[in-house]
This record gives sequence, C-alpha cells and structure tokens, in this order.
Amino acid sequence: MKKFRMSLVSIGLILLAIIFLSPFYFIIVNAVKDQKEILVNPAALPIKVTFQNFINVWEIIKFPRAFTNSFIITVFSTAGIVVLSSMTAYRITRVKSRFHQLLFSVFIASMVIPFQSIMLPLVKVIADLNMSNSYVGLIICYFGFGSPLAIFLYSGFVNSIPKTVEEAAIIDGCSTLGVFIKVVFPLMAPMTATVVILNTLWIWNDFLMPSLLLQSQELKTIPLEINNFFSMYTKKWDLAIAGLAMAISPMIIFFLALQKYIVSGIVAGSVKG
Amino acid sequence: MNKRMSYIFSELVFIGPMFLIFTVIVLVPFILGINYSFTSWNGVSINVDYIGLDNYIKVLGDHKFMKAVWFTTRFTAMSVILSNVLALGLAILLTKPLKGVKIFRVIFFLPNVISGLLLGFIWQFIFVKGFASIGEITNIGFFQLPWLGTEATAFWALIIVTIWRTSGYLMIIYVATILNVPKELREAAVIDGTTEMQYTRFVMFPMIKSAFTVCIFLSISWAFKMFDLNFSLTKGGPFNSSVSMALDIYNEAFKLNHFGLGEAKAIVFFVLVAFISLIQVWSTKRNEVEA
Repeated sequence: MKKFRMSLVSIGLILLAIIFLSPFYFIIVNAVKDQKEILVNPAALPIKVTFQNFINVWEIIKFPRAFTNSFIITVFSTAGIVVLSSMTAYRITRVKSRFHQLLFSVFIASMVIPFQSIMLPLVKVIADLNMSNSYVGLIICYFGFGSPLAIFLYSGFVNSIPKTVEEAAIIDGCSTLGVFIKVVFPLMAPMTATVVILNTLWIWNDFLMPSLLLQSQELKTIPLEINNFFSMYTKKWDLAIAGLAMAISPMIIFFLALQKYIVSGIVAGSVKG
Repeated sequence: MNKRMSYIFSELVFIGPMFLIFTVIVLVPFILGINYSFTSWNGVSINVDYIGLDNYIKVLGDHKFMKAVWFTTRFTAMSVILSNVLALGLAILLTKPLKGVKIFRVIFFLPNVISGLLLGFIWQFIFVKGFASIGEITNIGFFQLPWLGTEATAFWALIIVTIWRTSGYLMIIYVATILNVPKELREAAVIDGTTEMQYTRFVMFPMIKSAFTVCIFLSISWAFKMFDLNFSLTKGGPFNSSVSMALDIYNEAFKLNHFGLGEAKAIVFFVLVAFISLIQVWSTKRNEVEA
C-alpha cells in the first residue's frame, strides 16, 4: 500500500515536472523551424530542422557584443560589491562605535527602498556626474544597490569568526588591512559565494536599471537587445524564438554547472535575509 | 603614526569608498526624489516649480494609479498564496525518500534563473501560439481562451507565469528548513502513532515557522514590485487592466514625462513597501520570541 502511494506521488511529480519544462520544449522545437512551420503547428516536433534562424538573429541582436557587455557589467559589479561590502561589514561589526551602529542601521533600512522610488533622480545624478551611458556609471549603481544586503550577510558572518585568529595575526605584526586581506577575507569564503551567486543572478537578468542608464547600441546587455528586437519585429517568431533560446542559454548553463552551490547559496542568503 | 590617526585611516580605507558610493547612489537620489515629488518637474527643463502637495492630491484622485494599486494588491494576494502552497507541497514531497528528488528540485528551480523580461516574451509566444495549437489538437477549453486578450485571463496569465517562476525558489527554502527538523521528532511521532497528516500539521509546521515568514514576505516583495514580467508579457494590457504600480510609475514618468507626479507616486509606493517590511520585521521578532 505504502509503495503504491509512493509511486503515485512519483508519477504526479513527473507530470508536474513535464509541465514545468514545457515552455523550454516550445522554445527548443520552434527555434529550429521556419516561420511557416511555426505558424502551422507550434506544438509539434520540427519536420525540417534549420539553423538559419540562429545565424540571422546572431547578427540582429549582436549576440557576442551583448554577451560581452552583460559579462563585463556582471563581473565588475559583483566583484566590487564583494570587496566594498566585506570591508565595510568587517569594520562596522568588529569595531564598536555609535557611528558604525548608525551606519549599519542606515544600510539595513535602505533595503526597503524600491528601485522605482529613486530611479528618476538617480538618472539625473548619474547624468550630472557625467557617467550616464557608460559601464562605470551602471556598475557604480550596482555597488550602491547591491551592497546593503551583502553588508547584512557579511556582518552576520563576521560575528561568527573568533577574534583570537585576528589577534594572533596582529601579534605577528600584521596591519589592520593585512589582517583583513590575509586572515578574515579568506575565512569569509562561504558567504562570498552566496553574495556572488545572489548578485550574479540579479545583475545578469536586470532590465530596468541598464535600460535607463545605457543608451548607446554598443553598450546594450542581453535583456536590452532582446527588448529592442521585440519592439522592432513584432511578428517574426522564427527569429524571436531563436533569439530567446540564445539569450537564456548562458544562465541555464551557469545554473546547471553550479547548481549545488547556487542552491545552497540561496538558502544561506534567504534564511538570514 | 599615532593611534588616532591610524583609527581614522582605517575608517577611510574600510568604509570610505562604500560610504561615498552609497551616499551618491542611494541617499542623495532618495532625498532628491522626495524633493521632486513636490514639483512640476518634467525631467528636462532646468527651472523646477514647487507646487506643494498638488502631486499627492493628484495621485489620490488618479484613476489609473488607484487601479494599479488594486491590481497589484489582487495580484500579490493571489500569487503569494498559490506559489507558497505549491512550493510547500513540493518541498514536503521532495524531502521524502523518493528516487530522483535532486533532479526534481533542479527542474522546479530552473525557471528562476532566467530574466523576468525574457520569461515574459517566452510566455507571450506560449499563450498566443502554443496554447492555441494545443487547444486545436485537444479541444480542451483551457487552451482555447484568448489568454492575453481579456482582462480576467491576462491577470491569470501573469499569475501562472509568476507561480511557475517563483515556486522553485520558495521550495528550496522550505526544503532546507524541513531537512533541519530533528529526525528524533519523527521517530517519536511514529511511536506515538500519529498519522502523516497529524505529523505534518502539528510537528513539522511549528518547526518550520521561520521558513513561512521568509517565503511569504519574499514572495510578497517580488509580487508587489513586479515590473519586468508585466512590461514584456502584457505591457499592462488589455485596456490598461494589468498595470502594476511599478509599471504605472514608469509610464507616468517616461511615457507622459510627468516626472514630478511620477515621483510622488514612487514615494507613495515606497511608503507602502516600507509598511509591508515593518510588518515583516515585527512578525519575525515575534516568532523569535516564541521559539
């Protein structure tokens, strides 16, 4: 009886998994059909497989360039968030002072502010600083918005590191910065993995912020290129589906390759957040 | 270098850059934003006229915005309930000794790694072309609906995609918490002769309270701030029936060039989000006291 029930559960899960995967099925089979075949029967397997869609859309959305832009912006933003917030969190958690407590509260409170509430003045501030339409301007914005959560996560972690380790290093003649770089930062590695994963998922997939801050074609990220494409070719499904397949594949590969770390990173990040 | 100098030096090295960037990117725009919400700024002109509370009075009488508030509230309530029920159900099943639980977890999580904007475009194709063709083959009414064409179905289209996208993430959190429930409790429950249902309801649920709080507030915050998916899947249509608050603020500012009014809406939006967060802090604290 129990065995029978368990196999029913398994069948239910398999059916649900098929439903969950079906959008990917639609994308994969239609990416290799021509426009006529897509319109006749989008649910069927392709009769004639063609890779022409990929070749055409590769040019239209400038995939290599868009990929490079997304990559540069994600890597530098995430790296900056890691460096800046781990240092800040270490200092304001280890050295107790009124100022540090206030700072910590301000960082935490700022997590409440939705992006829409500051996007209009932010665009103006970035323009006034002469940093709009550049990697640097956008990356600095990610530093600002990504750091509060990272500071919160790191700060909880710093509390769990025993002080004796640092004291030993100071006796050995390390400077404050030396202690951080050689001793504390390496100990923070598990939390750094979480911070990297959460921010990579967010920044790579972000649309609104880059769309407001990047205007020139050369700087557009993958979501921006796809959005551009859809506003120009509304009914060209053959190209659109191939373009979408191309656009989602880097993240899917990234996830499948690192899924163990990503899942545990998310758990660590949310249980404390 | 004396002690005081070295203290200041450390402060500057460790906190200085972060403090500067945070001030310029978050604090200054936030204060400027509150300031702009009292003006008739259009985003371009240099002279900005202060018009007192006019924008806020307009917001309260703004039919579109009120509609967006109501839409966002309904959308949030529905998607939070459904995605948490599905996520919890999946988590309970996927913590049992079944074959392939790890693969199932990966499959259910997968949609979450893709940008909301891209998901919206993918589902646009599925709702418009894919469902229609399944409907033709199977004759099931569900697939023959004009999914993005009517108010009611467009609402549910957004809900379906949101559940598909977020359940896996919430499931991961529930799974991790359920796996942390001590095994002795289950053994004791078995000896006491409790049924599976009783165990889940009276032993497991109280033990995973923290996961409920985290998941419910996480999904409220996602749903309440929905933008990308709304922007690419329904574009607020049909007839502006599915415009979320975030999308309405965007349209007010960038389509109509009413920056002052848009910013006033954005501040109202902030107050609502802050209010939800306060409830979250309060209920998390209460849980901790009990635990």
